[in-house]
Amino acid sequence: MLNHDEKQLIKHAWEKVLGHQEDFGAEALERMFAVYPQTKTYFPHFDLHHDSEQIRHHGKKVVTALGDAVRHMDNLSEALSELSNLHAYNLRVDPVNFKASAGQGRGEFPGVRDQPPPFPSLPGVRAVPGAAGSGLPGAEGWSAADTVRFALQLLSHCFQVVLAVHLADEYTPQVHVAYDKFLAAVSAVLAEKYR
Amino acid sequence: MVHWTADEKQLITSLWGKVNVEECGSEALARLLIVYPWTQRFFSTFGNLSNAEAILHNPHVHAHGKKVLTSFGEAVKNLDHIKQTFATLSKLHCEKLHVDPENFKLLGNVLIIVLASHFTKEFTPACQAAWQKLVSAVAHALALGYH
Repeated sequence: MLNHDEKQLIKHAWEKVLGHQEDFGAEALERMFAVYPQTKTYFPHFDLHHDSEQIRHHGKKVVTALGDAVRHMDNLSEALSELSNLHAYNLRVDPVNFKASAGQGRGEFPGVRDQPPPFPSLPGVRAVPGAAGSGLPGAEGWSAADTVRFALQLLSHCFQVVLAVHLADEYTPQVHVAYDKFLAAVSAVLAEKYR
Repeated sequence: MVHWTADEKQLITSLWGKVNVEECGSEALARLLIVYPWTQRFFSTFGNLSNAEAILHNPHVHAHGKKVLTSFGEAVKNLDHIKQTFATLSKLHCEKLHVDPENFKLLGNVLIIVLASHFTKEFTPACQAAWQKLVSAVAHALALGYH
């Protein structure tokens, strides 16, 4: 999927990330929470204030994992296997939450604020190990895999914004397409254990 | 109608005042064609789009990118009337250009990345949030006329 040139571009640009994993990770998460407030529902137990210890810690974990993925681009499935299990079996998401904030029908984009508040049954979320989610009431076709894949797309976009902010004109269109493809591949692997 | 806070309006209009429409517009369109190559299908008369370099130096892409972003500027000037502002363009994109509205979201996100790379630290999370809301609203307005 990624050709040789794209892999080189990704590795080269990643050198600018090294040493800044915590900063970049925290910023990506913060941007995601600011732009897509519905993603906060994945972190009900976190202190989500600017620069919180939890956001910095989690941001560092996310970007460190991405660094592993950069080093193993030829074998993402194996390299991310543990994380894939973690996201599939430990991430507890009620797809109904996502339906409320995904909007109804054509034209409602999740980027638009003024969405209904998070579904009040958050404490009642359940683990969905490998379930397709089709039996869940109110899910209307959103499976657990869909919700995670969708949320990861939002994080991928925000991470690319962080790269653009910090690499500026070095985040060329060629680097941009390489990272867009790479992050899409990572997201797909992380969501693959859902069904 | 989209509801804007005073802060959001301020973030949008103050950044827009510093945008070089020609430069950012042509870059945004070029990136769309490079990052999402299937969008090239809408520009078959533009000549050489065979690789990133060709796209970046293509004069048609340059001119059209400027046109697209100039039109986007109308949204900034009419934040409280975005639907009305894009009513005609919506019809055009549906009836004449046959563009799948999903592509408007793609262009919106590409524009966000262009702004991020040009304005760097000034493009704060709050600024991004306001601009994402705007590109979303424009994409929505452009999709409204579809039938």
